[in-house]
Amino acid sequence: MSDSAAEHLIDVQHLHVDFHGQKILKDISVSIEAGETVAVIGESGCGKTVFMKTIVGLIPPTRGTLRFDGQDLSALSPPALSDVRRRFGFVFQNAALFDSMTIFDNVAFPMRQSTTADDDEIHERVLKHLQEVGLPPTVISKRPSELSGGMRKRVGIARAIILQPELVVYDEPTTGLDPIMSDVINELMLDVRRRYPVTSVIVTHDMRTAQKVSDRVLMFYPRARLAKDEPQVLYDGPPAGLDQCEDDRVRQFVRGEAGQRLMEITG
Amino acid sequence: MSLSVSTQNDPAPRRPENGSVTIRDMLYAWVVQWGAAVVNGVATVGDIALFAWQMLVWIFTRLPQRGTLLVNFYQIGVLSLPVVALTGTFIGMVLAVQSYYQFHAIGLESHLGVVINTSLVRELGPVLAATMLAGRVGSAMAAVLGTMRVTEQIDALTTMGADPIHYLVVPRFLACIFLIPALTIMADFMGIVGGYFYSVMVLDIDHAAYLTHSRDGVVGFDLFSGIFKSVFFGGMIAVISCYQGFHCKPGAEGVGKAATQAFVYSFVMILAIDLFLNIILDKIYFAMYPAGANIL
Repeated sequence: MSDSAAEHLIDVQHLHVDFHGQKILKDISVSIEAGETVAVIGESGCGKTVFMKTIVGLIPPTRGTLRFDGQDLSALSPPALSDVRRRFGFVFQNAALFDSMTIFDNVAFPMRQSTTADDDEIHERVLKHLQEVGLPPTVISKRPSELSGGMRKRVGIARAIILQPELVVYDEPTTGLDPIMSDVINELMLDVRRRYPVTSVIVTHDMRTAQKVSDRVLMFYPRARLAKDEPQVLYDGPPAGLDQCEDDRVRQFVRGEAGQRLMEITG
Repeated sequence: MSLSVSTQNDPAPRRPENGSVTIRDMLYAWVVQWGAAVVNGVATVGDIALFAWQMLVWIFTRLPQRGTLLVNFYQIGVLSLPVVALTGTFIGMVLAVQSYYQFHAIGLESHLGVVINTSLVRELGPVLAATMLAGRVGSAMAAVLGTMRVTEQIDALTTMGADPIHYLVVPRFLACIFLIPALTIMADFMGIVGGYFYSVMVLDIDHAAYLTHSRDGVVGFDLFSGIFKSVFFGGMIAVISCYQGFHCKPGAEGVGKAATQAFVYSFVMILAIDLFLNIILDKIYFAMYPAGANIL
């Protein structure tokens, strides 16, 4: 293990990922330090979700190395990878709550799966984390289908943090929510960071989220539209520097301007 | 020779200058199409075998929690009993209707129970129970797991340290192989009752003669072979249906296709395994009871 790898919680070097026969990620090298909150932005199809799923071991890398806390994830056996995943919390785009279970069972699931906690302790922790995300105890007997999109997202956050993970990954946490609920989710992500010593990776195309919550922004660009030998990460720096970036494509994305893309799409 | 041919997913046949497609081009396209289908078929069989192997490894490594098992046993076994009982009853009565005139013509209608009961216990009971299981449970398993795949619930399980094959497939497989014998016995029993009821009450066959001949017809090996076969049917239904769910394509169409394919492939495999096991079981039977071969 190199010294530089030891300093980073996540260390990705020369990562290539092909998925469903398509080449999605090309030669990505990124390191994320413990305690950092990193927003991964980019237009649809740029590979940000594939990147996120690769760093939690859901998609195997085609080439390159991926280390979490110094351990090479691609070299781990399935049980060892399972143990490492218990140190992650994952908030899915549409919450991915188990619709055959109640809200209580959903939030309790990681504890039941990975700990020997008794029923009283599980009950206490579930209520505590639901309260932290602003949900009343009355929701515990409901099914996910009985909750609104914003409430489901909040249940997803409570489920992701119940084991107090070292890394929390959010996949498009504000997509499909109204502006007020989006800000509630942004505040909750900040609150999670204040309460727990977590590292966060937020995949989003909501610039308000990236600018309000993150310490650092990575902007990906679709591989098919890159020039030869051009890096796929167009921007890696603080959110305040996005507006002054020299690359037109970064400024265009941040301002939400179609520009030349409209011509490319409509011909 | 000028033909207009449209081939999907194939390289476009090489057109001569006059725009016609020759027989050679058609043969080329046909070979490419069938070659691709064979390669895909072999790859899918290999994929299903690996999927089943991972499931078997989990069964011998760590069993699922009791609560997960009980839910699946209830949904797969207990809730299937009424429909299996109902269809079993009808099959018994249909056999009586179909066989009666041939037996009546030669004055052997009191022997009707022999053919009804033997057909049910050896063949129709297990195949009927398996078909109902594939229709009621197999397609539902594919739809549920397919929806879980599409809505990222299977990914969510993985991120929380739970292996989806261990958590979702193993309990369904165990429920299918342990409870299909009970469903088979229920189909056999209700078919025998249905056949008896129709023969005695409607066709007016003598009750005592029907029962006496029925008792002579079925031997213990018949019952054993039916139940033995059903275990293989149950296992195959669970593996094929769960595989279809796990490899479901996105969207409503993907889930619908997974559910349909789960039933169709399960049904085809039930009949294929039935043929294969019948050949083996007959050989075992005649090895154990050589006199049986002389009777036939």
